[in-house]
Amino acid sequence: MFDLTGKKALVTGATGGIGGAIARGLHAAGAQVALSGTRQEALDALVAELPGSVALACNLSDPAEADALVGRAEEALGGLDILVANAGITKDGLLMRMKDEDFERVLDVNLGSYFRLARAASKGMMKRRLGRIIAITSVVGVTGNPGQANYAASKAGMIGFTKSIAQELASRGITANCIAPGFIVSPMTDALNEAQKEAITKSIPAARLGQPDDIAAAVVYLASDQASYVTGQTLHVNGGMAMI
Amino acid sequence: MSDVFDRVKKIVIEHLDADADKVVENASFIDDLGADSLDTVELVMAFEEEFGVEIPDDAAEKIQTVGDAVKFISANAG
Repeated sequence: MFDLTGKKALVTGATGGIGGAIARGLHAAGAQVALSGTRQEALDALVAELPGSVALACNLSDPAEADALVGRAEEALGGLDILVANAGITKDGLLMRMKDEDFERVLDVNLGSYFRLARAASKGMMKRRLGRIIAITSVVGVTGNPGQANYAASKAGMIGFTKSIAQELASRGITANCIAPGFIVSPMTDALNEAQKEAITKSIPAARLGQPDDIAAAVVYLASDQASYVTGQTLHVNGGMAMI
Repeated sequence: MSDVFDRVKKIVIEHLDADADKVVENASFIDDLGADSLDTVELVMAFEEEFGVEIPDDAAEKIQTVGDAVKFISANAG
């Protein structure tokens, strides 16, 4: 339904469960995709699966690497139309026990790298008068979650950041939106025990965890020409667990 | 000086889609040439790229006319 033929996209955190699904979704819609992640082997495997895609190993916790990534993608693809800032980390812990470095590192990687990527991508997009900036945030950025003050702060920060740049860039044909997944099947949720999973499922009206493809579908929509009038929004994909 | 003016003029025409005869020394980007605040940022970035010069924010704020840009670049480039 949504055709991204000829579009060039960069997906960070592409070797994760959600990132991989996003890369596959964009590729299936016709886009050429640059895949960024820290694990070279996993990147190579994904490139082999998605013809025409390129692997860009990058450690986004290093500001210089984050600054340079968009330029590398533009060079490899011959431009960049779609930025999907998906890379993120967690360092969970209750407030009283949270170390400075756990707070700062989560803010740096999740929010700081998004700032650097969006700043770099906006330059080329401004010139071309076209662009899609899509940030993968989280339901907890809106609802909060005990044990995740740092993570929730970074994800809420991404939402405020996105709303601001959406206003700055709207007149140039560039949209900026967030997608806020709820509980999605991933290595992160696999680590939960059965009792935890059952408790979570009870809180979701759809009575199941989401699939990475549910997020990929939302990305493909927001990346499409049909979504050109949607900007500054947060699209919640969470089976109804939070209705905001 | 005239070389700088010509290169500045070319960038302004390209970025703002402005009439060549309106791009004169005392023309204001915003008041005379139809630029908005984002355009002025883009122009400054284009000047930086073209002339290999860094234009700090406080200087950029003062560059409001074509002549301001030519003057700053002539004094600071190369």
